[in-house]
Amino acid sequence: MERQLEKQVMSVLVDNHAGVLARVVSLFSRRGFNIDSLTVSATNNPALSRITIVAQGDRVGMEQVIQQTAKLVETRNIVALDTSRSLLRELLLVKVEADETTRGSIREIAVIYKAKIIDLSVKSMVMELTGEPSKIDAFLEVLSPYRIIEMCRTGVTALERGSGSAEVAVF
Amino acid sequence: MILNGSQILTQVLMEQGVDTIFGYPGGAVLNIYDALYAVRDKLNHVMTAHEQGAAHAADGYVRATGKTGVVLATSGPGATNLITGLATAYMDSVPVVAITGNVGTDLIGRDSFQEVYIAGIAMPITKHTFAVQRVEDLAGILRRAFQIAQSGRKGPVLVDIPKDVTAATTEFEPAAPLPLEQPRKPKQDKLEEAAAIINAAQRPMLFFGGGVVAGEAGDELRHLIEKADIPATYTLMAAGVLGCDEPMNLGLLGMHGNCTTNYAVDNADVLIAVGTRFSDRVALNPARFAKRAKIVQIDIDPSEINKNVLVDCAIVCDVQEGLHALLPMIEPAKHEQWHEQIRQWQAKDYKPADDPGILKPHQVMQAIYEAVEEDTIYVTDVGQHQLWAAQYVRHTHPRSFLTSGGLGTMGFGYGAALGAQTAFPGRRVIHITGDGSFHMNLQEGCTAVSYNLPVITVIMNNTVLGMVRQWQTAFYGKRYSSTDPHRKTDFVKLAEAFGAKGRRCHNLAEFREAMEWAKAQDGPVWLDCMIDKDEKVLPMIPAGGTVNDLIID
Repeated sequence: MERQLEKQVMSVLVDNHAGVLARVVSLFSRRGFNIDSLTVSATNNPALSRITIVAQGDRVGMEQVIQQTAKLVETRNIVALDTSRSLLRELLLVKVEADETTRGSIREIAVIYKAKIIDLSVKSMVMELTGEPSKIDAFLEVLSPYRIIEMCRTGVTALERGSGSAEVAVF
Repeated sequence: MILNGSQILTQVLMEQGVDTIFGYPGGAVLNIYDALYAVRDKLNHVMTAHEQGAAHAADGYVRATGKTGVVLATSGPGATNLITGLATAYMDSVPVVAITGNVGTDLIGRDSFQEVYIAGIAMPITKHTFAVQRVEDLAGILRRAFQIAQSGRKGPVLVDIPKDVTAATTEFEPAAPLPLEQPRKPKQDKLEEAAAIINAAQRPMLFFGGGVVAGEAGDELRHLIEKADIPATYTLMAAGVLGCDEPMNLGLLGMHGNCTTNYAVDNADVLIAVGTRFSDRVALNPARFAKRAKIVQIDIDPSEINKNVLVDCAIVCDVQEGLHALLPMIEPAKHEQWHEQIRQWQAKDYKPADDPGILKPHQVMQAIYEAVEEDTIYVTDVGQHQLWAAQYVRHTHPRSFLTSGGLGTMGFGYGAALGAQTAFPGRRVIHITGDGSFHMNLQEGCTAVSYNLPVITVIMNNTVLGMVRQWQTAFYGKRYSSTDPHRKTDFVKLAEAFGAKGRRCHNLAEFREAMEWAKAQDGPVWLDCMIDKDEKVLPMIPAGGTVNDLIID
């Protein structure tokens, strides 16, 4: 069986209980799936939370982990997002070394990428950027000649376009 | 009415139709045991020597009856001692509800005496775990626990109750058990696709597992087999669904199945898999398993589709309902050439040589079978004796061969046998074990004596860890590392020390006589059967292998 690894984005609606995240994460880990990023957030229904998971895997393996996750008692719905029809967003905070010689050129990059400068000191600058993961990657690539002191990315959070919501894949 | 948490627990158990529970008391469950004392005429509590034995007993009770089992343990070590039993039940989809006490809610999270986060520890080996916080939630959680355990693919559920919740009071309203969650309905297009595949088959095989026992689909299975003339083979979990004398029943499949079933699956053009998960003891090499066949799978659990082996057509539903819906679409067929081929394989299949002068494993199994009643329940531990029992006991009824298939738990047998005997005081229960497995939980001898449970334990005593040693013989150059412990245990004296009875046997005549003697005793009996340490379980396909790797000597 040819195993082609691809990036998968799964959106899981779960009961808003203590311990639900542990169940989902433990399931991924014991079935041998590596999580690239994971976000948990409130929804418009206070009884439910949304977990957005980005993971690498082949199609058969991902179907398997989706079916396993769907079986958890506290899973209400799980959808493998079609990334071409979905809105994927991530938030970046990055602290860059910036003195009077480099500040101007870093600011120029920030303007082009529509990143916000949210803190400035004599030797550094902190920027904030929201966008698709590929945009964040590109922004960091352009910043690579400068020294990045610290950074963090939130991981992807996502919704499908339009008014529908896909059901669990059914065999 | 106003009840405390412990009384609510006993009330909900009785609501659910529970009349027997297995357990072991302790500090965190003192209130619960006090409530049990009050209902002791209605709710029979069987106390074991160790919580693991109680978990296996609840499991054996379920496997024999089809009801939901209940095991009760205290916090900390009491709870962790259940873990092997719960994992055993989970792997074989056995509905057990485990109730654990915990320290009071004000002590949780402070590393208090006998505190452990059992709801977290048990998470990956149960269908679900609950940690109760408030007495008001208790009845609802317990009812839901039973519903989860029994719905869809069955399995264990754990409910952890802090000590203050067992004492706190609230209004309790009796209620009927929650209706089971309904599995998916078979899809018409998938049924048609499956029927077309089956109707076009020249060399069909049917392969079924424990799902057919859980789904009580034996009759539907038989109808399909007869109508479409399909030979059948089964996994360890499904022994007894078809009688051993039914001509279409070719026997056990997999690592220690017979040669014929493995050849037949390998040569089949269509394989129908019902209620089975293609475990690595059956589909030893998943990429080459049934490689010539189109595979149709019927299973209640959608996550079993394409998990281990990719299938051509999958029907996700209750197996009984699926088979029932499929039957009218199946055309009557005859596959005479295929049967002729199978008869040729059967004629050349592996047959062990008899020797009445010593104890040959297959002859012990045959002698047990010949000595006991038809409705006997056989319970095994794990190892060589387990496979000999699977191969040579003549299975004729479902729920009559209880064995740890998925987890392979040595030490499962005695507890499970006591659970089965508790469920069916009037039926014969034979516990077949090895000296290795029996050493793990033989302390339950005291339980068998306390409750006067007349289980006959047959110890296949080769003085070594036979199954591991067999692998060392075959694959590790006979370097017998830690498989020959030179134990001097005298099982006859040990039985007597517990207050049971025992006998030692060296040849077939002694064993036959010992069986007759054992049957006449009113209480537990241990029969210590001395067998050669070089006896092997054959045939064998090594892990990851195919029929081309069959070992028969």
